Amino acid sequence: MSDILQDRESSTWTAPGSKGVLSRNRHRMRLYESISRRTYVTIAIVAFLVFLGVWSLLSYTHWVNNLFLPTPTQVVQALVNWYQSGTLLPDIKDSVTRILLGFIVSTAVAIPVGVFMGTFKHVEAAVEPPVDFIRYMPAVAFIPLTLIWFGTTDSQKIVILFIGVFFQEVLLVMDNVKTVPRQYIEMAYTLGLSRWQILRRVIIRSSAPGIVDTMRICMGWAWTYLVVVELVGADSGLGFRIQTSERYLDTATIVAGIIVIGILGLIFDFAFKAIYARSFPYMKRKGR
Amino acid sequence: MTDLLHIDGVRKVFSGGKQPDVVALDGVNLTLRDGEFVSLLGASGCGKSTLLRIVAGLEDPTDGIVWLDGHQVWGPGRDRGMVFQQYTLYPWLTAIQNVEFALTELSKSERRTVALEYLEVVGLTQFRDHFPGQLSGGMQQRVAIARALALRPRILLMDEPFGALDAQTRGLMQELLLTIWERDRLSVLFVTHDVEESLILSDRVCVLGARPGRVREILDVTLPRPRSYAAQDTPEFIEMKRYVHGLIHAEVIHATGLETVLETAEPL
Repeated sequence: MSDILQDRESSTWTAPGSKGVLSRNRHRMRLYESISRRTYVTIAIVAFLVFLGVWSLLSYTHWVNNLFLPTPTQVVQALVNWYQSGTLLPDIKDSVTRILLGFIVSTAVAIPVGVFMGTFKHVEAAVEPPVDFIRYMPAVAFIPLTLIWFGTTDSQKIVILFIGVFFQEVLLVMDNVKTVPRQYIEMAYTLGLSRWQILRRVIIRSSAPGIVDTMRICMGWAWTYLVVVELVGADSGLGFRIQTSERYLDTATIVAGIIVIGILGLIFDFAFKAIYARSFPYMKRKGR
Repeated sequence: MTDLLHIDGVRKVFSGGKQPDVVALDGVNLTLRDGEFVSLLGASGCGKSTLLRIVAGLEDPTDGIVWLDGHQVWGPGRDRGMVFQQYTLYPWLTAIQNVEFALTELSKSERRTVALEYLEVVGLTQFRDHFPGQLSGGMQQRVAIARALALRPRILLMDEPFGALDAQTRGLMQELLLTIWERDRLSVLFVTHDVEESLILSDRVCVLGARPGRVREILDVTLPRPRSYAAQDTPEFIEMKRYVHGLIHAEVIHATGLETVLETAEPL
């Protein structure tokens, strides 16, 4: 009996190829291991420098023709020229106005509709099938139609943003609302709250962090649709400037435009995260 | 003592579409006197939580009536304070805001006064501005108890309130509940599957049998009051514990269909 036990034990520890449990901790990067803020920032900067280095290497050495890949200097120069021509700031203003309008309209409809879909099955039954149907139609396919309806106006752009964002956002909001723990609702009932009080004081309040996260994600999509719609039919805006630069093979301005869009997107994302942290101090998340 | 709560012939059937109907409770009668502490004790699946939820008004009985103070129970209400096992507090509110949450008929300053008073009862005034996420499980349950008490309910309904806590914390929470009970002479209907817990706390223990849930036996717990944790070492307690364990054990074996497998099974 004891022999068998010993055999079993020793085979566990000396099996060929197995280094045992202890050696697992010797790895440099452990799974899900948290790192200090400093390490995080350092890695981020190094990664960015590597990217810049590869770009510089390919462009400054003319490894890749500058017509296809401009140098960092050329891109900065293009950005300065763009600014000096007096169109950069108006372009940013036009694009940001459109995206804000489109996003606000979508969200202003998506939140109430999504909340009611999530809380009342009747509303879900009425709204979800058509939403699912439209959701699978690519928003950009509506561009020709909306151009006929509205021309190259801002309304046309807002309509495309709405089609692109609303039908996704409303379902995400519905899901946010559905994940409110049932016990929060039951608790509120036993505390004597009415249905409408529960909707306002429990359901909306409980799903608010999720909804803000949904808005943040939808804002990202809104940028995509905005640029597409400006590329196709616009007379101002970042997408429009990228489009006209292509005509002159002005690759540097195209890249500059893409970078500006990226930076603006980052700013919006950051704003949403700041709103989140400020509004929901009880939601302490790691890695945010 | 006058009668406070009548559970009168309550039957609950869950019909789930294609699955066969489940009779969770059948012909349950129970009366709770004013100021009495009664436990509903049973193995999982015996319908004890369902019974409590029916009293709370969160479920409707298929048959039978629940009377509270001579009025038929229709839906949930503030006269029955509820304490759940999990998700008991609203995480976006601080401890004191959670207690204030339902005191809407009071002015802001009155709300604060009442909430502080009840946070003091559970010994958490220092933690009033903490969010639930910053409190331990036991502290969260204490806030939940304070919130339920602040509404001055006729009866406190507790659904395995200490079930998710570690053994040491659970013991302390039981003593806290005993202290509050001694002070206010609350009426409490307390659901648990923990035999010791039901005995140390209750005036009477209602043992439920499973499938369908029926009252198997109602025991008077004769241990003297006020009680403390030490009461668990008395021969009287141990004797009762052994008896109730035997009851529950037989019920569980019957409910799980293990009679044919386990040697220890005795015929019911």
